[in-house]
Amino acid sequence: MSQHPSVAPPRRLAINRLKDRKPLDAAAIDRFLGRHEVPIVEGSRCTFLFRGEADEVFVVQRIVGLPEHLPMRRLGDTDLWYLVLDLPEGSRVNYQLEIRRGDQVERTNDPLNEKLSYSPVGTSSVCFGHGYETPEWTLPDPEARPGELVELTVPSRALRRNCQVTLYLPARFRRTASYPLLIVHDGPDFLQYAAAKTVLDNLIHRLDVAETVVAFLHPKERLTEYANSTAYSRFLTNELVPQLETELPLMGKRSARCLLGSSFGAVASLAAAVRSPETYGSLVLMSGSFVFTDIGNDHGGGEVFDPVVKFVNRYRTRPTHVADRLFVSCGVYEPLIAPNRSMVPTFESTGMTVRYVEARDGHNWENWRDRLRDALTWIYPGPQKFYYE
Amino acid sequence: MTLLGPQRRPSVQHVVRDLDPQGPVATVTAGWQERESDDAELDELLGGRMVNLTLHARWLDVHESDPEYADAERDHDAVLRDLRSLYIGQLDHVLRAAYEVAHSKEGDPRWQEAALGDALEVVRLVDEQHLARIRAAQHTFYAAWTPQDRPVVARHRDEVQRILEQSQAVVVAGGHVGELSRVLHLFHVEPHLPPVVIAWSAGAMALSERVVLFHDFVPHGVAQTEVFGEGLGVVHGFLPLPHMRRRLRVDDRVRMSVLARRFAPKQCLVLDDGVRMTLSPEGQLPADARVLTEDGRVSEAGAA
Repeated sequence: MSQHPSVAPPRRLAINRLKDRKPLDAAAIDRFLGRHEVPIVEGSRCTFLFRGEADEVFVVQRIVGLPEHLPMRRLGDTDLWYLVLDLPEGSRVNYQLEIRRGDQVERTNDPLNEKLSYSPVGTSSVCFGHGYETPEWTLPDPEARPGELVELTVPSRALRRNCQVTLYLPARFRRTASYPLLIVHDGPDFLQYAAAKTVLDNLIHRLDVAETVVAFLHPKERLTEYANSTAYSRFLTNELVPQLETELPLMGKRSARCLLGSSFGAVASLAAAVRSPETYGSLVLMSGSFVFTDIGNDHGGGEVFDPVVKFVNRYRTRPTHVADRLFVSCGVYEPLIAPNRSMVPTFESTGMTVRYVEARDGHNWENWRDRLRDALTWIYPGPQKFYYE
Repeated sequence: MTLLGPQRRPSVQHVVRDLDPQGPVATVTAGWQERESDDAELDELLGGRMVNLTLHARWLDVHESDPEYADAERDHDAVLRDLRSLYIGQLDHVLRAAYEVAHSKEGDPRWQEAALGDALEVVRLVDEQHLARIRAAQHTFYAAWTPQDRPVVARHRDEVQRILEQSQAVVVAGGHVGELSRVLHLFHVEPHLPPVVIAWSAGAMALSERVVLFHDFVPHGVAQTEVFGEGLGVVHGFLPLPHMRRRLRVDDRVRMSVLARRFAPKQCLVLDDGVRMTLSPEGQLPADARVLTEDGRVSEAGAA
């Protein structure tokens, strides 16, 4: 029987090699932790670690199909706790640790892991599974001509406040040209945590995305304004869009207007389009908080979700054509994966063209950053097809 | 007339070697848009006798000096975009149908071939209708705005004509084929072309009868090959496909076959790196020009 020379025998996991160490003392663990980045990723297997005295330690995550609390095991008599998880290639998993000492329970990010993930509900630790790489188009490219960010205030009667907007004007912006408009919810977070400006600069420079004016909206009462608020939809459609189209060289037509949002921002986008189906040609809905119930009202999302569930239930009962093209994405490791999957046939039943993308990722800005190329190149494709150098 | 492949490794200097060293050579680099004036390297290749027609800069000047015309042109562009959007929606469906039939391995080949013929007829119908609508929209725009009567356009046309009349050759570089086609038309280049014309990539496309856009490797998946509009019609009987191997799935024989048959009897001309061909005085392709055959292969025009 022949053996393939390139297939290496499976190596024992680092944690198992440590178990055999004699003596297995504090100094050995110090050396072990000094040598490894935590979690330790060895092929598809990821070893989560915690060091400290405790009665119980859990890895807490929200992957559908796994228990939310995954117990860690103590290594022998040491103060090192570990858990080995199999993660499919290319995964990114958000997690925290829960530590119980007597009656005291502490939830914290992993002190041994510097990598953090950001989401609308705060930070969590993140484990990059084997094969995940930050897309190079999300990193600054010195060749890409930078667009400009300009601050703007839009007075809103609907919201009874002045709304702050950060405008992105593409490189080589000209008043004599005309541009499509993209409106982004949670604007500052998309700029800070999803590298939105860098992504736009790069994708426009590479001709993947059309030169686009982008309005990054600064939320105030996010959980109420984004949760199917009539006033907020009125602000978007009757105040923001007309002001932008008056002041900027925008194409000013349905096919050149797009709303983008993640989580509750996706709900705000869909709600505005439902109220004004003649205004927006496309929507980008990332990890939309489209929680619904088929029977009863027990959605388990808490009070803030009440208006969302009411809205989504109503929409699912009578789905309508609210835009021509929908880009819908969701992470498979977030609880919203089931509602998002369910929404796809609902959207499609209205005749809208839906592009649906899943990623081995969670409910966080990096997931949404990594989906921007798929979304934007589809919604506003660049002029690549026109260039023959 | 000489057509070249992309000039990453320039070969234009070999083509102009036999020209009069003193006679000016007009150039069109408008496809480079805002980089139009970055032409020092090209000037060097042309032996320092280049006169750039600066068509992009002239177009910007028209916009600056004649805002009324600029507004009208923007509105016209919006009409063309709408037409393109409708066309691409239709095209996507009819081309998918053609690929599906072409891929089918069930049933009697005669019926399959007949069905493929029908599917291609529908694709051609969609192409032709789109082209007719584009033509009508262009006619309406130019009839309403008569650019030749706008003083700033007329002045630039005169200047362009004078340069071309004094030039022994014109070199049309690549770049954005839409913008290039626009300015070549607006500044009335075609009637004043000197006897020697050299073009590559988008330049070659803009000189042909019909401009066809193609790119199978866009980030969101395959983009359908589409008819953009009419070119200057200086060359006839073929469609130049620059960077074909980089931009098309040439190993997909079914797609390539559909492409070749869709545009027949025009030949799909491979204009890849290193290609250099001189057309006969009647505008015929040389026998060794590489073209796409109806069975989806690349072959010499003489053998196809």
